[in-house]
Amino acid sequence: MKVYLDNNATTIVDPYVFEEMEPFFVQKYGNPNSLHGFASATHEPLKIAMEKIYAGINAPKEDSVVITSCATESNNWVLKSVYFEYILTGRKNHIIISEVEHPSVIATAKYLETLGCKVTYLPINHEGIIEARTLKDFITNKTALVSIMWVNNETGALFPVREIGDICAQKGVLFHTDAVQAIGKTPVDVQSFNVDYLTMSAHKFHGPKGVGALYMKKGRELTPLMHGGSQMGGLRSGTLNVAGIVGMGKAMEQAVDALGFEMSDIKDLRDRFEDELLKIPDTFVVTPREKRVPNTILISFRGIEGEAMLWDLNRAGIAASTGSACASEDLQSNPVMEAIGAEADLAHTAIRFSLSRYTTKEEIDYTILVVLEAVKRLRGISSSYAYAPEGHDSGLTKGH
Amino acid sequence: MGFDSLIGGTIWDQYSQKVTGLMNNPRNMGEITEEQAKAMGAKLIVADFGAESCGDAVRLYWAVDPKTDMILESKFKSFGCGTAIASSDTMAELCKGKTVDEAVKITNIDVEKAMRDTPDVPAVPPQKMHCSVMAYDVIKKAAAQYKGVDIGSFEAEIIVCECARVSLSTLREVIRLNDLTTIEQITDYTKAGAFCKSCIRPGGHEAKDIYLVDLLAEYEKEKMANALNAAGSSADIPFTKMTIVQKIKAVDKVVDDNIRQMLIMDGGNMEILDIKENGPHFDIYIRYLGACSGCASSSTGTLFAIENILREKLDENIRVLPL
Repeated sequence: MKVYLDNNATTIVDPYVFEEMEPFFVQKYGNPNSLHGFASATHEPLKIAMEKIYAGINAPKEDSVVITSCATESNNWVLKSVYFEYILTGRKNHIIISEVEHPSVIATAKYLETLGCKVTYLPINHEGIIEARTLKDFITNKTALVSIMWVNNETGALFPVREIGDICAQKGVLFHTDAVQAIGKTPVDVQSFNVDYLTMSAHKFHGPKGVGALYMKKGRELTPLMHGGSQMGGLRSGTLNVAGIVGMGKAMEQAVDALGFEMSDIKDLRDRFEDELLKIPDTFVVTPREKRVPNTILISFRGIEGEAMLWDLNRAGIAASTGSACASEDLQSNPVMEAIGAEADLAHTAIRFSLSRYTTKEEIDYTILVVLEAVKRLRGISSSYAYAPEGHDSGLTKGH
Repeated sequence: MGFDSLIGGTIWDQYSQKVTGLMNNPRNMGEITEEQAKAMGAKLIVADFGAESCGDAVRLYWAVDPKTDMILESKFKSFGCGTAIASSDTMAELCKGKTVDEAVKITNIDVEKAMRDTPDVPAVPPQKMHCSVMAYDVIKKAAAQYKGVDIGSFEAEIIVCECARVSLSTLREVIRLNDLTTIEQITDYTKAGAFCKSCIRPGGHEAKDIYLVDLLAEYEKEKMANALNAAGSSADIPFTKMTIVQKIKAVDKVVDDNIRQMLIMDGGNMEILDIKENGPHFDIYIRYLGACSGCASSSTGTLFAIENILREKLDENIRVLPL
């Protein structure tokens, strides 16, 4: 049995989405900017797709939802253009992000620091959540932008974007939220709170890879990052990814339609799964369920290093994820794990299971059995559960 | 950069078949109890290395024959990823049948090589080399415990890069011999820093006492000092032994540090024209500038002050002659 429980990394493309995209590869392949029938054939489908994307986040028509190549581009765009417009010009000198943003925000902020921008990294609390009140202390009259993710990809924790938006509006600071993990998992309505920019990515909600979007409130349009042939109203040049946009539109429609199912049935499935996992002794979950999106579990199994657990899961055909340093290319452990896991030794033992609306009860039942088996085997190997003669002093001196 | 670096594979693809097999079925996983050791007529040694909070930890069990120092049985338990488990298992295997003294000679490189499928293809990707270091360290700890000595007594040299086992003295020597100035060059010459990268600079997976960046900075500083010496500003060479260029620089420095400011405050200045050896004396010819050139004390008080400072700082046979 193959079970995919890594939906916060990417998702299966919904078959209806794939079906809608297909004609735009070998039949309707025209460049929308051209003046002929091949081009015209793309205009109506693109318009419909854009309407679905607008509707999915309830964006008013006067605002811009600009299609990009991915969330990384959208996030880079916000930070870099804010730098160009506000910081390079000397009007402001500071931005605020959280310490657990996606690398496309953190790495961009670190790069901007080398260009003279000041960056504050807001800490998360013991539940893995950013507290809006901490933000107030850091905003100065030189702060240009606050960029805080809506949902954390590792824990599934929901961050208080409404309160953060209010604080930013009061203080006259721009607010951007990376909502990549929010679409399809929690209601997203850009008119219901103060937000200037919002990042999305199609492949996180059963759309294709290689297409994302950036919502920009009217009057807050950014300097383009991509200059060129003036597509997307000149805001983002580059030949339109017709199939991608059509796919994203359909995926957005499906995600919004399925939101209720996700928040009831998938949540129930997730909760039952989590209950079973927590019956295993020495397991921990950090963020309380009610403060999370319905599909994510980040759970720590004491004595079992994350990559070792992934190994055993993978052998049984199950895909999950770990923030353990050992599983990463550069041996740097995940900042979320570092931030919340210092006390509980969570940093190296946490496994993330992320469900989707395609996850079935049978898959979860099977996964529970595999996890039980893996825990038994790996704790059998683990030095954390090993015999020691009486009076044995482990003498662990070398910290690293 | 280039083709190979553009689309990364998974680290698991780079594990040898042996590593994969050992992760799935470690041969020496387990414990030795006091009773089992006693039954073998052996002494039980239990040594730990690492810590769970650091991401990897290993416990090594040895049953050692006290008469021959032979390791009769060797088992391990490990908190760690696949490569940590496979390395620990291989390490335990390599210990078996060796004396404690022989076992101490097993390095992490031996462990890695033993896990290769073919002799010239590494068993693990570079960043996982680090896992075998823990296996190496725990042997030292077990041996130290058995012999009742300090673990440091097995390590004659300070190792900067543990993955590639490159010592501090080797690194210092290679940097100087080849005039290395970048981390990439050090890695090319010695392999230090090619694996887990902890030894390059602070902030990596492991904290170190000394990093490659420190060694580069140390060499850079040394080169600067040498350059200054060559230029003649060194106080180490006696004034009498200096070349004429060094002498002028030395005098210039003393004037800059101790005298010129005083003259400038009075609206004057001075320049050094020449230095001549005159029997036992060094005659320094100077010219007063600005207000000094007409000042009465420039041939008395001021002159004596300048001469005294130079005599005190450089050589007592200095005479200062204004032109």
